[in-house]
Amino acid sequence: MAPRDLKSFLAAQEKKSLLRFLTCGSVDDGKSTLIGRLLYDSKLLFDDTLSALEKDSKQHGTTGDDIDFALLVDGLEAEREQGITIDVAYRFFATDKRKFIVADTPGHEQYTRNMATGASNSELAIILVDARKGVLTQTRRHSYIASLLGIRHVVLAVNKIDLVGYSQGTFDRISAEFSEFAAHLGFLSRVAIPISARFGDNVISKSAKTPWYAGPPLLTFLETVEVDAALADKPFRMPVQWVNRPNLDFRGFAGTIVGGHVKPGDTLAVAKSGRSSTVKRIVTMDGDLQTAVAGDAVTLTLADEIDISRGDVLCAANERAEVADQFAAHLLWMSEEPLLPGRQYLLKLATTTVPAQITVLKHKIDVNTLDHLAAATLRLNEVGYANFSLAQQIAFDPYAENRDMGGFILIDRFTNATVGAGMIEFGLRRATNVHWQALDVNKDVRAALKHQKPAVLWFTGLSGSGKSTIANIVERTLYAQGRHTYLLDGDNVRHGLNRDLGFTDADRVENIRRVAEAAKLFVDAGLIVLVSFISPFRSERRMARELLGEGEFVEVFVDTPLEICMARDPKGLYQKAKAGTIRNFTGIDSPYETPENPEITVRTIEADAPSQAEAIMAYLEKHGYIA
Amino acid sequence: MREVVAEFANPVMLYSIGKDSSVMLHLAMKAFFPSKPPFPLLHVDTTWKFREMIAFRDQTAKRLGLKLLVHVNEEGVARGINPFDSGSVLHTQVMKTEALKQALDKYGFDAAFGGARRDEEKSRAKERIFSFRSAAHGWDPKNQRPELWRVYNTRVNKGESIRVFPLSNWTELDVWQYIMAEGIPIVPLYFAKKRPVVERDGTLIMVDDERMKLRASEKVEDRLVRFRTLGCYPLTGAIESPADTLEAIVTEMFTARTSERQGRLIDGDEKASMEKKKREGYF
Repeated sequence: MAPRDLKSFLAAQEKKSLLRFLTCGSVDDGKSTLIGRLLYDSKLLFDDTLSALEKDSKQHGTTGDDIDFALLVDGLEAEREQGITIDVAYRFFATDKRKFIVADTPGHEQYTRNMATGASNSELAIILVDARKGVLTQTRRHSYIASLLGIRHVVLAVNKIDLVGYSQGTFDRISAEFSEFAAHLGFLSRVAIPISARFGDNVISKSAKTPWYAGPPLLTFLETVEVDAALADKPFRMPVQWVNRPNLDFRGFAGTIVGGHVKPGDTLAVAKSGRSSTVKRIVTMDGDLQTAVAGDAVTLTLADEIDISRGDVLCAANERAEVADQFAAHLLWMSEEPLLPGRQYLLKLATTTVPAQITVLKHKIDVNTLDHLAAATLRLNEVGYANFSLAQQIAFDPYAENRDMGGFILIDRFTNATVGAGMIEFGLRRATNVHWQALDVNKDVRAALKHQKPAVLWFTGLSGSGKSTIANIVERTLYAQGRHTYLLDGDNVRHGLNRDLGFTDADRVENIRRVAEAAKLFVDAGLIVLVSFISPFRSERRMARELLGEGEFVEVFVDTPLEICMARDPKGLYQKAKAGTIRNFTGIDSPYETPENPEITVRTIEADAPSQAEAIMAYLEKHGYIA
Repeated sequence: MREVVAEFANPVMLYSIGKDSSVMLHLAMKAFFPSKPPFPLLHVDTTWKFREMIAFRDQTAKRLGLKLLVHVNEEGVARGINPFDSGSVLHTQVMKTEALKQALDKYGFDAAFGGARRDEEKSRAKERIFSFRSAAHGWDPKNQRPELWRVYNTRVNKGESIRVFPLSNWTELDVWQYIMAEGIPIVPLYFAKKRPVVERDGTLIMVDDERMKLRASEKVEDRLVRFRTLGCYPLTGAIESPADTLEAIVTEMFTARTSERQGRLIDGDEKASMEKKKREGYF
């Protein structure tokens, strides 16, 4: 190649658009083979990769002496042995017209989350079906998930057309069946192409064996399909990632533009505070820019000093993002541990992270039939529709309008695992209309009248550990001193406020949530509240702690070994649990998560209940709860 | 990169001196402008890097005014680990993987940038952009955090860390084009020059210093060579090429028939060797 060719070539390279697409299909549909074929036929394989492939094909291949293209793509050892793709792999290739990033994802129902991950960054999906089998349940599932994650263009690749004798009838029947149900999924374009990934028919070039097929081969279609979502034409959005302050004279807001465009002089508003200012400069190392569009990572400076920090969203002043602390969203569950409505998770959307909980799980969706089913929880790979409540307001847009402003992840507060992915439908109006009523007589005033510092003494421990016994003595002592108290006992509350709740994990979470809220009201009334609940999960105890103010939550861990609790068995419950007549009994078939940093630990095997109660009284005096 | 700086207490950039590192560093300079990147560079020095790499490293840190930390596994040096006698597997394990872990522990970094790309190797294709590492620096390919949209889960407990790969979605060609477009300085070893090499087991090894012991049948020749990838000199194969400008290199890229890591002797040692190394904490 001559230097001049190189220049024009590079210029052409820069103009090339990028298409990110996803391939989905099940183990035997030939997905990996198709990607391998695309890489191979577009001459993108290096010699050493090819010779390794030939070697691998002989060892693990399933195609006799021919090259097994699937081996090119199935990366990890475990997968190679099992012959299935278990994660998302990204592949890169380019033609003269376009660059491509392929997300290769597995097709089994148990890998729905992997498919969703691949789909979240793709503009187009290739859904493979085996011509011999036609449209299957999994085809519907793949189409639904692609649609749920906002993919608007779909290609139905009817693979292994060679195995049905290149039959037009079969192809027509399958594509008609697909059109029928995909019509409801909101795709902007749908095409069906008959291919053979193994032999290359209609992959790169038109096959002579399917003269009845008038459309383009797959690659040509991928090169030319218009997927431009016109993000640049949407309202301006830039979640602030980081505030750049090298010195006192410079204050820049760094972030990636996720919608619209911006130029100096534009008026922008901070979504949450509503304050606005105009853009002064778009700063880069290579000089200021005159304009920047969606996808650009920029640093903006504003004309006025307004308070902006990470998590704020800069918006076009005349088209602002929604701001609310409650919204409805679709949720895909991605964790082995099921979703617990009422439990607090961390929600991360764009650059904001806030505590959040699901208030109502309206239904789950059968990803195979698209039926709505009643549900109390979501398990791994299940999709549901729910109302969310956040600890504070955030700025967002519906997912359908802007993926970056409407897609969020949920993080487990203890394992830090990503457990769910959500797509916001709309904000809930009541969130903006229910305001907190400010009252003149407040907590401090009430507490002062009672000469005490209100707090919750939260007794946690196994059934039979001695929680209620000790709490009872503490309350008696406080009462004798003239303190104002209230004791919430697990068993007693379950007779009234929580009589509708059982002992599943989901109900236990709700049980604790209600008790924590009730305790909070009593603290607000100025009382010292004693809560005696097994409360086995760290997450819920943490939620209770966070509901209350600094120093208002005193966790008392009643640490009694399980064998001793079982030996005491004051209510005969352990015996029933062991006999199997009570299910989900803490310590037997439901876990107890030991507190990590309780304020007070009580070891009942070391001292009797009255002296333990004395130690708790001493703590209260020492820390100023009672004078 | 800004996401990492905003969310982590003590990030570091692993700087390997190669072209990918150069691009990554250039991106950091841009991302934080007019500030300097608010983290140090860390180079894990196996003591067997090309001399020109070391010179380039020191000069780059000085030119950009960045803090450079250099870590050598002194224990490995004391044990006399070297690529010739110890074999490439042990050498890499001790002087790179172990050394990296030592350095991360020593400074308590909770996030480390690396220049790895998904197109380099099969197991890297599945690597996340924000990739979680246990307190023992292990990678569990089956238990990776799903990564949707551009939302990255940055939460770690004490002792755990995240490796971040900003160039994940770049290809080798993208890297070269970007170096050309932006005029990013790179180590001269990437350009063709007459260099003293010996042919060993089908690979051209440059004799960079007197520690290289020649075998009986070997003789040192001056040949016009360059490197597509840089590592420890005894483990990095040169290619014969006249490409001595960026233009020539990119042109050569289009006609290339072997992948860049082929020059890396350590990858071929065992089947699936990259995946194995990564599980143990290699970058």
